[in-house]
Amino acid sequence: MSSSERRPVVIVDDVHVRYKVYATGRRVGRRVGRFERGIKEVHALRGVSFTVYEGENIGVIGHNGSGKSTLLRTVAGFTPASEGAVYATSQPSLLGVGSALLPRLDGHKNINLGALALGMTPAEAEASYDYIAEFSGLKEHLSYPMRTYSSGMSARLKFSIAMAKAHQILLVDEALAVGDKAFRDRSEKRIRELREEAGTTFLVSHSMQSILDTCDRAIWIDHGELRLDGDPQTVVDAYEASTADL
Amino acid sequence: MLGSAPGAVPDATRARPERFPRPALLGFRHVTNSAAAEMAKKYGLSRMGARPPLGRYLAEAWRRRYFAITLSRYTVEAGDSDSRLGSLWVIVRPFLSAVIYGLLFGVILGPDRPHNFVPHLLVGVTTFEFFAKCFDQGAKSITGNQSLVTSLAFPRILLPISAVLRNIFELWPMWVVLVLALLAFQQWPSWNWLLVIPMLGLMTLLNTGLALISARLTVHFRDLSQIIPFINRLLFYGSGIFFTLQSVTKNQTLIHLFQINPVYDFVEAMHSFLLPGYEPLTQWEWTALIGWSVLLPVIGLLFFWSAEERYGRVE
Repeated sequence: MSSSERRPVVIVDDVHVRYKVYATGRRVGRRVGRFERGIKEVHALRGVSFTVYEGENIGVIGHNGSGKSTLLRTVAGFTPASEGAVYATSQPSLLGVGSALLPRLDGHKNINLGALALGMTPAEAEASYDYIAEFSGLKEHLSYPMRTYSSGMSARLKFSIAMAKAHQILLVDEALAVGDKAFRDRSEKRIRELREEAGTTFLVSHSMQSILDTCDRAIWIDHGELRLDGDPQTVVDAYEASTADL
Repeated sequence: MLGSAPGAVPDATRARPERFPRPALLGFRHVTNSAAAEMAKKYGLSRMGARPPLGRYLAEAWRRRYFAITLSRYTVEAGDSDSRLGSLWVIVRPFLSAVIYGLLFGVILGPDRPHNFVPHLLVGVTTFEFFAKCFDQGAKSITGNQSLVTSLAFPRILLPISAVLRNIFELWPMWVVLVLALLAFQQWPSWNWLLVIPMLGLMTLLNTGLALISARLTVHFRDLSQIIPFINRLLFYGSGIFFTLQSVTKNQTLIHLFQINPVYDFVEAMHSFLLPGYEPLTQWEWTALIGWSVLLPVIGLLFFWSAEERYGRVE
């Protein structure tokens, strides 16, 4: 097979995401009879399309609230597209910096639960426990409830759980921005390994340096639209030029 | 098709698809752009977040059953970890409410109260507690686990099921205490007591169905979780927990209407198996009880599964 026949791994086809939020700080219930007014529609993604081929590492950039995280959640299939569709060769795994899995439980249990939720059998979960605990570097904190963790710590634990499994398509949402230097180095190394194992990665980051270091294609999302798609240096330059105007 | 020019995979864009249709009552149809869909098909890509067919969905849920079991076990453990008595509250709570109702209604009802009032009340409250908690926690199972839903891929049905499992784990200590309490009130055991076990099995079916339905409804109408305690209250008063229906009304139509409520039938069944002097369930009551217990889980499963793509939406 000639190398020019590239196999698509992810197809994002004209994806729109709309959702309703209860707008303003005002309590919705107070305006009896007119409470619908408090509900606003957010159009988070406005027709984004692109195709990702095998082995590509995509960096996703854009200002806060531009729809980057929504894009990743939609690619993973967690947030449904209001229009359009996302196709992929296998279920992508999303690494985010969201809240703890179950905040009232301690780290040990969250590790076990997270591993089972990833689809491991109890035996596999048991076997990967040590790896996860080791990788997170949180051993002495694992017997405390996760609600006592700092956001960096809980992101580290979630990241470590997800790292225990091989993923063909890995979506990383600013995970590299959390944790201390040692943990960041460890994660970057692990992501490089995962990439060699087969994968395609998406990295959402505000660090232009880590986009340039780890990606071979960049996508700039601006107000829910795809502004630019191409070589990382070009896209990063254009993005930085636009923010310099502000 | 190998005939196409190398590298000329059509960019999956251009032709705009039709607007996403409004959700149908049961399902969500998906309209796709044919160019992208064809390319996806050609290279073996499948649509993300798509709802699998029912059979595959159930198989996948079964494969991940340990997740549901572990989640419910951990939730029980964590449940009352903030309080001094911890999981003892599982037992203390229903009996505390039984004491309050006993005092209140014992006085209000006066001579109208059922004979054997305290055992009557304890059996009713314990039976009802299982139902009410499955309903309440099932309704919150998706909305209350948003961070699991938006960060991991698993069949969402595992969440309401784990809410029911959690209550099964909490069930047996409550029933052990109930048996001890009945003995203390000199209600002597009979073989009929064993019939409680298949009844709880049937009730689990009913509760699972209700948990599935309420879990999805709460996703559509968040305010439902605020209303459920009131529905539970209403059912509590309508389920013969501190009265016998025959002492309230002689109107047969009204009695039949009451008996459509499966919770009433379950409470009555438990009364008749555990305590002396109760009529066995009528055919009408058995029909309602078994009918609901078989129908609700089937309806619940279809209703919940058909909105599988919806649950990850952040609102």
